[in-house]
Amino acid sequence: MDILNALVVFLNFVFIPAAAYGAQLALGALGVTLIYGILRFSNFAHGDTMAFGTAVVILVTWGLQSMGVSLGPLPTALLALPFGIAATAALVLATDRAVYRFYRVKKAAPIILVMASVGVMFVMNGLTRLLIGVSEYRFDDGARFIINVRDFREWSGLPEGLALRSTQALTLVVAVIVVAALFWFLNRTKSGKAMRAYSDNEDLALLSGIDPERVVRLTWIIAASLATIAGTLYGLDKSFKAFNYFQILLPIFAAAIVGGLGSPLGAIAGGFLVAFSEVAVTYPWVKVVGYLAPGYEPGGLMQLLGTEYKFAVSFVILIVVLLFRPTGLFRGKSV
Amino acid sequence: MKKLLLATAAGALMAGAAGAEEIKLGVSLGFTGPLESMAPAMQQGAEMAMKEVSDSGLLLDGTTVVSVTGDSTCIDAAAATATVERLIAAEGVKGIMGGMCSGETIASLENVAKANGMVMISPSATSPALTTIEDDGLFFRTAPSDARQGDVMADIVLGRDIKSVAVTYTNNDYGKGLADSFAKAFEEKGGSVTVNSAHDDGKADYSAEVAALAAAGGDALVVVGYVDQGGSGVVRAALDTGAFETFVFPDGMVGSALETNFGSEIDGSFGQNPAADGPGRETFLTMAEEAGFDGSGAFSGEAYDAAALMLLAMAKSGSTDPATYKGSVMDVANAPGEEILPGELAKALEIINGGGDVDYVGATAVELIEPGESSGTFREVEFKDGKMEVVGYR
Repeated sequence: MDILNALVVFLNFVFIPAAAYGAQLALGALGVTLIYGILRFSNFAHGDTMAFGTAVVILVTWGLQSMGVSLGPLPTALLALPFGIAATAALVLATDRAVYRFYRVKKAAPIILVMASVGVMFVMNGLTRLLIGVSEYRFDDGARFIINVRDFREWSGLPEGLALRSTQALTLVVAVIVVAALFWFLNRTKSGKAMRAYSDNEDLALLSGIDPERVVRLTWIIAASLATIAGTLYGLDKSFKAFNYFQILLPIFAAAIVGGLGSPLGAIAGGFLVAFSEVAVTYPWVKVVGYLAPGYEPGGLMQLLGTEYKFAVSFVILIVVLLFRPTGLFRGKSV
Repeated sequence: MKKLLLATAAGALMAGAAGAEEIKLGVSLGFTGPLESMAPAMQQGAEMAMKEVSDSGLLLDGTTVVSVTGDSTCIDAAAATATVERLIAAEGVKGIMGGMCSGETIASLENVAKANGMVMISPSATSPALTTIEDDGLFFRTAPSDARQGDVMADIVLGRDIKSVAVTYTNNDYGKGLADSFAKAFEEKGGSVTVNSAHDDGKADYSAEVAALAAAGGDALVVVGYVDQGGSGVVRAALDTGAFETFVFPDGMVGSALETNFGSEIDGSFGQNPAADGPGRETFLTMAEEAGFDGSGAFSGEAYDAAALMLLAMAKSGSTDPATYKGSVMDVANAPGEEILPGELAKALEIINGGGDVDYVGATAVELIEPGESSGTFREVEFKDGKMEVVGYR
């Protein structure tokens, strides 16, 4: 019984939140890694691309809700996703045409593109805030819980409760579908192969008749889709506030670098690694240990780091990886 | 031309009357900054008291009062100090109604008001640090100290047979001050605090903070935060994970936003905020409505009372000199004497001019305790069926 209780506490406070957070980071990191692999620069505007996409999704969701459209137990935002993706893709393509193409044609050094993306980040941030405002919005509707604490306690008879929010489950399911679709696209379709070829060797790809501008456009559209989906899932699960997407940029980059920049598989592994480290390091284990080892009374909360230092975990992971394994776990490109 | 002549003649007449003058009172509030939405109603509250006194013509043989406003910014101590400096040196005010937030109030009191011997009555600075500050008898406040709220909150929690609580506070002076004073009072009265930890405002997700609070345990969670900020986020995460079912809300959290955010999910939770009952508040709200502003705004009544107290103290001591009237503030605020409600300032002045005693009650049931701060009346609220209900005052 005690082992079950320990397991329930672990699932409720560590595993489920970290898994959902990890999936959101993984989707974000996939976008970053794709841009890095093909366009060869770290896109700092990715966080705000997520915010912009989510803002459009929210606006369309409100429109749908006012028309009385709903998805039953699922959030209406899923219906609004295609609109958000379309708007975000249009925005990033316009940005590429206006900003990045200029530097790409000149074959500018990657650091110049990175700096340009910082500028784009600020513009997009302002755009999002103009579009939807700076306040906090909750736009989840439909069923809130798959398993709720009170029902679980009654059903299991355990003193500890377990909650699984529908947005957490949805995040994981959508992430799996999106990742599967992306890998199928990259490995099985002609366009996907063209993208990989371009990533491996630009000149050779050009010689084999691959249109580089088309590859760039495709990359931006896929990155915009990933950003919008990741942003919407994050907003559904937590809440939407334009500024918060700037803050998750750090864990997203940590995830992409840990996995190895340019490696899609690495981005996913990195996302979960960063999420689980953040949660596990700041979680006080006293309750879990108390159930597993009855009679053992630790003095404190058995918490390695205060929750205020959550972001520091990403920093530490980033530094350790850059020091000891600059190419990341999955042998991506070194930074 | 006729008007000017008339005005000049009237002015000459006024000047002729013995002792009649026009004095200025400084109003130093955070008209810009994090509490800028609250400042206008406070200014109007204070000015309503000044107008009432001026119109009566009973203060020191017809002395009239005008206000001079200054922006204290609430967060920038240097700006607040400069503002108060200007009010005293350039405008020649006889007293200051302000400051608004605890930090800037402490700075302007220590740097300017004390050096110039100027009386300050703050309507809204609640930090316990202002209780113990060395103020030369120049500082008063019509708001209660957070130490007092911590004490009241501890009584309320223990009164409901809750012996062990977890505390989370917003990471600033207000949050830390109130959380510490509550924890101290609660433990002295026999309760136990399992954890007292901070949360930062403006984050998307508070599940990590709540996980830590849940691990420490407790029968209820005390959320010393802001309802439009992280406080609501913490409550949301705690409800979702089933970490806590009962919450205790101090003044920063008690608001109608709780009803819209959580509805019946927080039934059985409770809290308190400073608010007086009684006829004074009703009268003040009606007067404010007639004057064209919202008197129910936070600390608007306290601002009216602060200005009124200052002017009554001048009448009592027979002088507009801060060094003289500072000694009369406690005198007019407390018993013995005739009880004075808002709108009765003329009556109060009459009594004082006749040599009588007044006990100023005002909009917020003012009762000053040593060293010159409101003892504080708190409203206890409880959530039932998704609605906030007032269950009592203490």
